[in-house]
Amino acid sequence: MKAFADLLERLLFAPQRNAKLTHLGAWLESAPREDRGWGVAALNADLDLGRVKSSMVRRLATGLMDEELFAQSYDFVGDLAETVALIWPQGDAHRQQNYNGPALHDIVTSLQHAKLDDAEGMIKSWLDELDVTGRWGLLKLITGGMRVGVSARMVRLALAETYNQPVEDIEEIWPLLTPPYDDLFDWLDGRGTKPSAQGRAVFRPLMLAHPIDDDHTDSINPKDFLAEWKWDGARVQLASAEDGVRLFSRSGDVINAAFPELVEEWGWHGVLDGELLAGTPDAVEPFQHLQQRLNRKKAGAKLIAERPVFLRFYDMLMDGDEDLRPLPIETRRQRLLETVTAWQQPLMDVSPELEFNTAEDLQQWREQCREGHLNDGNLIEGIMLKARGSSYQHGRIKGLWFKWKRDPLTADLVLMYAQRGHGKRSSFYSDYTFGAWMDDGDGRRLVPVGKAYSGFTDAEMKKLDQFVRANTTNKFGPVRELKQTMVVEVAFDSIALSSRHKSGIAMRFPRFAHIRWDKPADEADTLETLKTWL
Amino acid sequence: MAVSSWIRPEQAGLTVKSRHPNSRFVIDALRASDRVVVTHGHADHARPGHGEVIATPETLAIMAARYGENFCQKRTPLRYGESLDMGDVTIRMEPAGHVLGSAQIVIDHDGKRVVVSGDYKRKQDPTCAPFKPIPCDVFVTEATFALPVFSHPDPDGEVKKLIHSLAVFPDRCHVIGAYSLGKAQRLIALLRQHGHQRPIYLHGAQQKLCQLYQDLGVDLGDLRPATAGEKGKPRADLAGEIVIAPPSAIADKWARRLPDPLVVMASGWMQIRQRAKQSGVEMPIILSDHADWHDLLATIDEINPGEVWVTHGREDALIRALGLKGIKARALSLVGYEDDAE
Repeated sequence: MKAFADLLERLLFAPQRNAKLTHLGAWLESAPREDRGWGVAALNADLDLGRVKSSMVRRLATGLMDEELFAQSYDFVGDLAETVALIWPQGDAHRQQNYNGPALHDIVTSLQHAKLDDAEGMIKSWLDELDVTGRWGLLKLITGGMRVGVSARMVRLALAETYNQPVEDIEEIWPLLTPPYDDLFDWLDGRGTKPSAQGRAVFRPLMLAHPIDDDHTDSINPKDFLAEWKWDGARVQLASAEDGVRLFSRSGDVINAAFPELVEEWGWHGVLDGELLAGTPDAVEPFQHLQQRLNRKKAGAKLIAERPVFLRFYDMLMDGDEDLRPLPIETRRQRLLETVTAWQQPLMDVSPELEFNTAEDLQQWREQCREGHLNDGNLIEGIMLKARGSSYQHGRIKGLWFKWKRDPLTADLVLMYAQRGHGKRSSFYSDYTFGAWMDDGDGRRLVPVGKAYSGFTDAEMKKLDQFVRANTTNKFGPVRELKQTMVVEVAFDSIALSSRHKSGIAMRFPRFAHIRWDKPADEADTLETLKTWL
Repeated sequence: MAVSSWIRPEQAGLTVKSRHPNSRFVIDALRASDRVVVTHGHADHARPGHGEVIATPETLAIMAARYGENFCQKRTPLRYGESLDMGDVTIRMEPAGHVLGSAQIVIDHDGKRVVVSGDYKRKQDPTCAPFKPIPCDVFVTEATFALPVFSHPDPDGEVKKLIHSLAVFPDRCHVIGAYSLGKAQRLIALLRQHGHQRPIYLHGAQQKLCQLYQDLGVDLGDLRPATAGEKGKPRADLAGEIVIAPPSAIADKWARRLPDPLVVMASGWMQIRQRAKQSGVEMPIILSDHADWHDLLATIDEINPGEVWVTHGREDALIRALGLKGIKARALSLVGYEDDAE
């Protein structure tokens, strides 16, 4: 337990992702075989200790000390595991230093099988023996939610690096696994074969696209690529097998409960890649509408009726047990089109191919994204280019898939507030809030419309930092209010209505395009102008 | 007569005033006062602009170093163990173990004794005299870390953590945030005790007080200024070295001169992991110049006063815990007001 608790502490304080990966790797290499799986489960919030819950920890603590003193302590610390770890009577420090505590797997399996009363006694005796870090780790294990800044993806990356396997292979079999992942570790240790997905609806790692900009389009020969719209929805994967139908988000989470209408069994097995869109195949709706569905973990009948969604596929990875991924894209598209057309499912269709012969044709398609190829100009984010003859490969492979986004919109806005960045930027004011002019009858004033922290060079960031320090008019905690003189040309993808912001609008993907050192603030854009892009 | 008839909190601070015309003085006065007794040199206790200041010679030297030679009209040094009569009130200084020169004020009047602890600690500190328990009728205690969650570890273990990190990350500059009076010098002295004899580099704000400590006979070894590198580039020669700076500087512009800094913070607050994490610290060192929960309670047990008054901090918890033990305790801010109501 001590080693795992030390790992948690190192992870909590490691500022960079790479440092976290190093700590995870070191622990995986040194931890006893039986401990690894339970540790990984705990980090993934995938550990079930049966009836042992946080309420037991609370009870242990209040049995130990006056309830009011406990309440004041908990109030101050704000984390149950840490509070109890700190107030637990200090044992013999010297003994604790050389004591490793019970093994992680012993703790987990004992608690999973213990009667409630016995479990309480066990936890007590472990707490007496462990030092404060050990107690903290044990209690985190029990209360769940590690809060040490490690994602499930990071754990899989650490596994891949430590055992020298492609992370995509681990991602692919991950949905098959349950703690303590014996079959996974048997494979990673070279004692067993890779767990197989046959007959099970599991997530397959996605093929991703590289962004391209106008400067690079010359080097792309149109004859080598297929083109499709880049829909403004959410990338999803639909998998259907003997064990059910599952809809996965792009990170591999099952989102069936949020979209029950899309996961009804329809008598086909395989895996499809596509876009989740708001509206119906005949009338696509903007991303904002989809957002309302994405925000909900579960959807009720009313929401489903008010905010319909559907699936628009562009690739087929599996057909039954046949793996189509090694086949050329033209073949996969053909199979996809035939299959989906034959179903006549109302909530599923196929993203059409865009016909073109020359680079100019392509450019014309792209210009239509913004101007409204369909009824509404905000449904298409750009164009996807996919290399002819290419197989489906997970990850972002050079030269195969490209996304060519529509031109961004731009506006001249005034810097209003600045805040320090994180990590390497922690000594620089590099996060900015900017505003547009508004006249509400009380005179002309700036109202915040967005935030950005990218799009400038390091040299520009230093100059901006100097500007912030020299032009601060007020401080609110970490936030500096600025003299309203600096104009920035901000690029953004679109503007949507938002009731959460005072300005009434929200920008998507804002970033700096140019710093307008020359432009007077009163010539910046107005809120009215921004609203014309709604 | 009740003790609170001659010592009670007023707007200027905790004030002693008997019937004798020459008896009046304020302890750690918040506003300019004629006669002030100062427990120690931290800015929230020692302020400039008073008439007479009575304090230990070390505290007076610290105030002069911080505020200039004219920080008050008259200085009255009072060594540990020495007493001073003010009319029918007698005061004496005894070590509090908080920072160099820090004192408890022992006040005798009318057959009663009140001890004002000021800030104090019981754990090891090579840079100042250790706390001395004095029996008394009323003990006025601090309560900075008065919550059961504060159980400060042995300082040796914390310093070892730091030295271990220097060995593991020999290419990273270890920049430590530490208050410039007391904490910085204690940390340096502890590092020296643990055999770290390399030069230690100081932020400008730390240099004056470290020099004063050295002048007053506290050996801190080889200290050098952490000046900026050429053209604002990081100073490569600080890799693997220890740099001490005020907490406010470690994540600011100033720290850009340091090569691949590993941010350390030395404070009693570092005990709360999530808080330490939120402050952007990569390595928390739990080193406090205040008594932790157990030491607060143990000290009161040891002194066994008739009554405890608790100064601001987390007084609710301490008063609650003392009450459960059957010890009479109340918040200092309410002393006198409650009596009026009685």
